[in-house]
Amino acid sequence: MATVYFDEATRKFSKDDAPAVDGITLDIADGEFLVLVGPSGCGKSTTLRMLAGLEPVDGGRILVDGHDQKGVRPRDRDIAMVFQSYALYPNMTAAQNMAFALDNAKVSKSETRQRVAEAAKILELEQLLDRKPGQMSGGQRQRVAMGRAIVRNPKVFCMDEPLSNLDAKLRVSTRSQIAGLQRRLGITTVYVTHDQVEAMTMGHRVAVLRDGKLQQVDTPEALYDRPVNTFVASFIGSPAITLVESSVRDGRAEVHGVPVPLDRAVAGRAGEKVVVGLRPESWHVVGSPEGKGGSAALALNVELVESLGSESFVYGRPAGAGDDAGRVTVRLDKRTHLTVGDVVHVEPNHGEVHVFDASSGERIEA
Amino acid sequence: MSTSTVIGTLDDESLPPERTRRQRRRAAHNVEPSSHHRGPVWTALGYVGMVLVVLLVAVPLFWILITSFKDRGDIYVRPAQWWPSPATSDNYHELTTRIPFFDYVRNSVIITSATAVAKIVLGVLSAYALSLLRFPGRSVVFLVVIAALMVPNQITVISNYALVAQLGWRNTFQGIIIPLAGVAFGTFLMRNQFLSLPGEIIEAARLDGAGPMKLLWRVVMPMSWPTLVAFSLITVVNEWNEYLWPYLMSDDETTATLPVGLTFLQNNDGVTNWGPVMAGTILAMLPILVLFLFLQRQMIKGLTAGAVKS
Repeated sequence: MATVYFDEATRKFSKDDAPAVDGITLDIADGEFLVLVGPSGCGKSTTLRMLAGLEPVDGGRILVDGHDQKGVRPRDRDIAMVFQSYALYPNMTAAQNMAFALDNAKVSKSETRQRVAEAAKILELEQLLDRKPGQMSGGQRQRVAMGRAIVRNPKVFCMDEPLSNLDAKLRVSTRSQIAGLQRRLGITTVYVTHDQVEAMTMGHRVAVLRDGKLQQVDTPEALYDRPVNTFVASFIGSPAITLVESSVRDGRAEVHGVPVPLDRAVAGRAGEKVVVGLRPESWHVVGSPEGKGGSAALALNVELVESLGSESFVYGRPAGAGDDAGRVTVRLDKRTHLTVGDVVHVEPNHGEVHVFDASSGERIEA
Repeated sequence: MSTSTVIGTLDDESLPPERTRRQRRRAAHNVEPSSHHRGPVWTALGYVGMVLVVLLVAVPLFWILITSFKDRGDIYVRPAQWWPSPATSDNYHELTTRIPFFDYVRNSVIITSATAVAKIVLGVLSAYALSLLRFPGRSVVFLVVIAALMVPNQITVISNYALVAQLGWRNTFQGIIIPLAGVAFGTFLMRNQFLSLPGEIIEAARLDGAGPMKLLWRVVMPMSWPTLVAFSLITVVNEWNEYLWPYLMSDDETTATLPVGLTFLQNNDGVTNWGPVMAGTILAMLPILVLFLFLQRQMIKGLTAGAVKS
């Protein structure tokens, strides 16, 4: 168990290119489950590999328990990693795979046996201990890879997209299993994923990366409710937030011609142009073109309806706007049925409007 | 680890049914027969081609075999005799009595095993260093090794001879073995094999605390057996048949190998008596043949199955 601190950690693959990881500063508490998330190529796996010692740190430092890890070999870091491909040793049985690290650490035979048995029990691998990886299914291999990490009782777990090779159903059950396991063992965990559902459901905190730069690190709720910029706002949440560039007049933003009242402090800080973000659930349907309080509601031509049973998402283009106007996504409950071609009138919920600076994309906070 | 409770259950995943080796082989060979179907003429031509190739390889071998059982007088008769009559084992008797045949066998075994072991060990270790360890100048070293592969043996023979003769190593085992123990080919082959292994397994082993030698023996080598077996077999066959260098180094049965011994036999008579030479050739082939039959199974085994999910 340990704390992990990234201090301006940087990784450059070549001198001329932009850094793959660019000055990341991250403080991870003892026992915390931190998820690194971002689109492909954002540097999240590289960040993880730097922590494990598989990539050098070209600038800044990485501290584990307050000790700089510069020059410390991977095998001396006491960090266990679960790889996307599982990377099991094909010539060893499941039990031997799990015992390998303990064997290297000169742990006694009897203790090794006991720890492997415990891990096997937790992961329900008891029946498979004598099988080799080639005779196991993907989910079973994934559990052996987990077992190999947990028998070591390491300072830190690194997990690099461990669920991306499982089928959808197994992924959901394994997701909660890994999160539960981490809570029980209390081992500091850094978990890399590109799947925002994993990010939102598993971690204590989530760090969003883009182009090697840390965008925001916060609890999943805070990330969803107060994204610091348009990138985080559009990356977190599914379906994505609707972002509309609009002009501000008299404390109101014009969203496709419909005035949306802004918080007074926000309006004071905003320039003439802002980007307004509205999540699918931040709209409500109104019966007539006249919204509440006499203001006009936004009329949408429905272009696509995704029905998920319990709810549905409607993608529509504002009536009267050109084809270059972006689609607006609205969440509807199961009682409201719409079909393609319908016109629906919607109005933003009060207080659920995200406002970003039009040029920098930064959030404008009250 | 302080917990031992089961947390959560995974959905039951069905395991692919275990199949026997035979079933797998049958499945692999059982490609749609209709898609292969061609006209009878083409099929016949295909068989004719195969028969020709088999004859090309088999006839000389067969000729060696029957000649080794022929009387001296029958070897040169025309038309050629395709079956020894009367069959005789005199050639084998002559071979083992007229020259110190078993001394040559002993020398061959000593030199082949020593050189093969040296080549395999050096090849594996240097390939390991050049593929999986990081050190400055690594690519330069590899380039030098590749360059060594380009130089034909015959060119280095003269300088090697001068050096070894100067050391007084003629007619000694070390004089034959040491100059033959260089391994550009093995280094090249094994390096490529090691580089083809999934990098994440190597990284996993490093994180699991495996030191360099443990990484090699417990993780890298078990995944590389087929290539190593092929490399070993090629090396053993090459060393067993090595002719030029042992011939230059040895004057008599203290160090001469079997191929060299057979030339002594040939030269002794003035006129070549092919019967004992052919008998010697047959006997020299046997160990390699046995080795090949024994090892060929190992070569085709795939050992990385199940290591990483592709």
